[in-house]
Amino acid sequence: MNMRRLVGFNLLTGIVLGIGGFYLGWYGAHWLVSSLDIESLDYFGDTDENDLSLFFGYILGVIGFLVGLGFANYPLARLRGYPPSLREKETTGVSRYFGLSTDHKVVGMQYFVGIGGFFFIAGVNAMLIRFELLRPEPNVFPAGNYLTLVTEHGTMMMGMMTSAVLGPFANYLLPIMIGARRMAFPRIEALTFWLLMAAGVILLSGMFYGGLPTGWTGYEPLNLQGNMGMDAYILFFAFVGLSMTLLGLNMLATVITMRAPGMTWTRLPIFVWGVISTAILQLLAAPVLIGVLAMAAFDRTIQTGYFVAAQGGSNYLFENLFWFFGHPEVYILALPGFGVVLELMAVFARKPVWGYRLAVAGMLGVTLLSFTVWQHHLFVSGINSDLRPFYMLSTELISIPTGFIFICAMGTLWRGNITFSVPMLFCLAWVFNFLFGGITGIFNSDTPSDVTTHGSFFVMAHFHYTIMGGLIFTFFAAIYYWLPKMTGYMLNERLGKVHFWMMFIAFNCTFGPLFALGFEGMPRRVVTYPTDLQGLNDFVSASAFVLGISMLVFLYNLVYSQLFAKVPAPANPWGSKSLEFQLPSPVPVHDFDRIPVILDDPYGYGEEGRIVARPMPIPAGAGGEV
Amino acid sequence: MMRKLGHGARIALIWLVASTVGDVLVATVLTPHLPPGTGSTEASGQRFDNEVLTLVCIPIIALILVFFSYVLIVFRRRTGAPLTDGPPIRGNARVQTIWIASTTLIVLFLAAFGTYELLGGAGGGQGSGPVFVPDASAASLAQGAKPLQVQVIAQQWQFTYRYPDDGGFESAQFVLPVNRQVELHVTSLDVIHSFWVPALGVKADANPGADNIAYVTPTKVQSLHIECAELCGLFHGYMFDTGRVVSAAAFATFVAKQRAFVAPVTRYLPKYATTYLPEPAFRAG
Repeated sequence: MNMRRLVGFNLLTGIVLGIGGFYLGWYGAHWLVSSLDIESLDYFGDTDENDLSLFFGYILGVIGFLVGLGFANYPLARLRGYPPSLREKETTGVSRYFGLSTDHKVVGMQYFVGIGGFFFIAGVNAMLIRFELLRPEPNVFPAGNYLTLVTEHGTMMMGMMTSAVLGPFANYLLPIMIGARRMAFPRIEALTFWLLMAAGVILLSGMFYGGLPTGWTGYEPLNLQGNMGMDAYILFFAFVGLSMTLLGLNMLATVITMRAPGMTWTRLPIFVWGVISTAILQLLAAPVLIGVLAMAAFDRTIQTGYFVAAQGGSNYLFENLFWFFGHPEVYILALPGFGVVLELMAVFARKPVWGYRLAVAGMLGVTLLSFTVWQHHLFVSGINSDLRPFYMLSTELISIPTGFIFICAMGTLWRGNITFSVPMLFCLAWVFNFLFGGITGIFNSDTPSDVTTHGSFFVMAHFHYTIMGGLIFTFFAAIYYWLPKMTGYMLNERLGKVHFWMMFIAFNCTFGPLFALGFEGMPRRVVTYPTDLQGLNDFVSASAFVLGISMLVFLYNLVYSQLFAKVPAPANPWGSKSLEFQLPSPVPVHDFDRIPVILDDPYGYGEEGRIVARPMPIPAGAGGEV
Repeated sequence: MMRKLGHGARIALIWLVASTVGDVLVATVLTPHLPPGTGSTEASGQRFDNEVLTLVCIPIIALILVFFSYVLIVFRRRTGAPLTDGPPIRGNARVQTIWIASTTLIVLFLAAFGTYELLGGAGGGQGSGPVFVPDASAASLAQGAKPLQVQVIAQQWQFTYRYPDDGGFESAQFVLPVNRQVELHVTSLDVIHSFWVPALGVKADANPGADNIAYVTPTKVQSLHIECAELCGLFHGYMFDTGRVVSAAAFATFVAKQRAFVAPVTRYLPKYATTYLPEPAFRAG
């Protein structure tokens, strides 16, 4: 790689301009504050405890980063009068992965690596947390560092992993699944990825600004009390929220407008319905998060009093707005998994998705209901208590549409010809994990029971069962299933099975006992605990380490099979009828030579003579590609 | 016998056995160990909730596990068997209707049951205007017509208790009389905390500038473990305390002794109020 290739609009330029922008904002705001001579801002104006400067630094840093990547080029060109155009996709080269690319397949791979990296970092945080909890008294980390670890782990998982399935797999595969060559807004697609990466770096930098004491919920007024690290938290979630909103918008626009001829709503692969329902949630919930974080940022910088009781503000405002986003958020994490599970079960049972419309109704029902349940996070908060029966009812109602997914999975497997491939194993693990995650959710939704479980390890175990057991297991199912399609090389089956069994058993040994710990009275996010709980905690920690090692097995599998063994993937390794498997592996740059005409849904297993799609016929006299 | 039954009937049979055994085990073996025990009327109520929920959940868990185990064993592709397609069953209106109807019934039952159990307050914090106020027991009325008020003041990182019925003295000790209904007023001086007494089934968030009321009637003389259940900053992990439930006579002695002991301090305390608002620590920008 010679020097000329390094200069230009790419990741390197982005980082350089990002750092430049950060210091411009940091010193610029310092200068501004000291020259404005505002009494209330004076004291901190010239110190390093300057939230305003940090906000400006982060924001200008992100802008610089995006400009360096080349996001300003197209708008500027349009302003100068150039006609609208989509830059031709670069055809080859590794360098396209290190910059702004409008190829949905490149963005998908970028997401895969980027999300994977942050998943690894957040996972290491979890290992350190469990390392600390080996002993009842603090032994490795002081209390403040421990809380920072907890917050980094929780915030990063809840923030970055919202795109775990949508980022890599929906970006890469959704256009192909609906017979399109690109997403509706390819530049926005790239923007969502780079925003997310910038946000992740901001969150990590919070460690160096005094840590983050609040956990992922960032409750006021602790948020206000926290060090400058909380500025990083606020901007992290704001940028993640922006990225989520744009991602959801892009997905919905793509599905609505870019479907191939004949791709009716009932012919969409069920995975696409999982993406649609997630995208609706992202589009509608994430802006609320950005709003509440803006208020928190104003409280921290220009001394508004939205959440300060002495100024007539209320911490309930933060809790309500946060959870109005926060509960849809957990379904943003869970819903893609529903789609993946049903999609893969049909393939590996060699049967159509059983009750397709019921499954769609289930996903959309969860989407709708998830906006009506947020106060179940506040059952004991002292909020108005007469609405409690309503929130108990609405929360429990969610188990009805969730149950649709279960009955559809049961019907799909019934009398099938079930192959226990690695992706299928992960889907079956989803059934097991989500069953217990869902059942324990009933205890949390029942207000009298929740008085015991709220804020305890029981809740922690519950949402790890639903989110890790629901999302991360299906994330791996998707990796084993679709990565060969994306890279062109198979993953090793034997290592995959080792990974699966280690992960499944260790996962249950890690989070199962946490239910008991919660029932025993262990609150969340504590650095110390009663000595009689040490036995269970040690068992949990040991299991967590095995869980961590199982991730290393996967990493080894990934590196070994993709970089060294390089077993070429056939076009259709699983015998699927879905459109993406009718293309070669990896998918060629222009996806379809000719846009397909859809004749049937991709689930015609056992139904003779049903053709899913055929290429668009070339009209007489047309020379080029259609 | 199993040979003659169809797949569905076999699954139903195994499920019936499994859920019966499971529910009997829950009712006999597990129930005495279910939290939060029987230390108060509220705790007993929550334990009953936990028991009923477990009894309802066991058959659901059993159904899913039995169904999937059966299906995965019976309908698995044998080693070396060809990759043939299964039958193209795309749904079954009757099964779907039954499923939707039965899950809806279960859910509505659970919500109605939970609401009924909630009517007594269930030991949770209800804010300044509690709706679900439990009736005082006869034993409690014998000790006083109104519930005993105890204020819990949380701050980083400790709890302080104030007894407004007895001159509003403040104490570091949490002591309650047995069989007397207590009205806890939980508030905070700085950030959000949560006052959690696992053995009494009480949990109420402490919010700055807000009064959070929870009702509890302790029914057992015992010592208590108190915890903060909401992340409240640096030493959240150390924010625990102990307390006692004592006999009415012992409580009277405690109050009299403690009141006299802290009398010199009580004079300087702010007047008893449901909330106290110290000057907030602003960030300077």
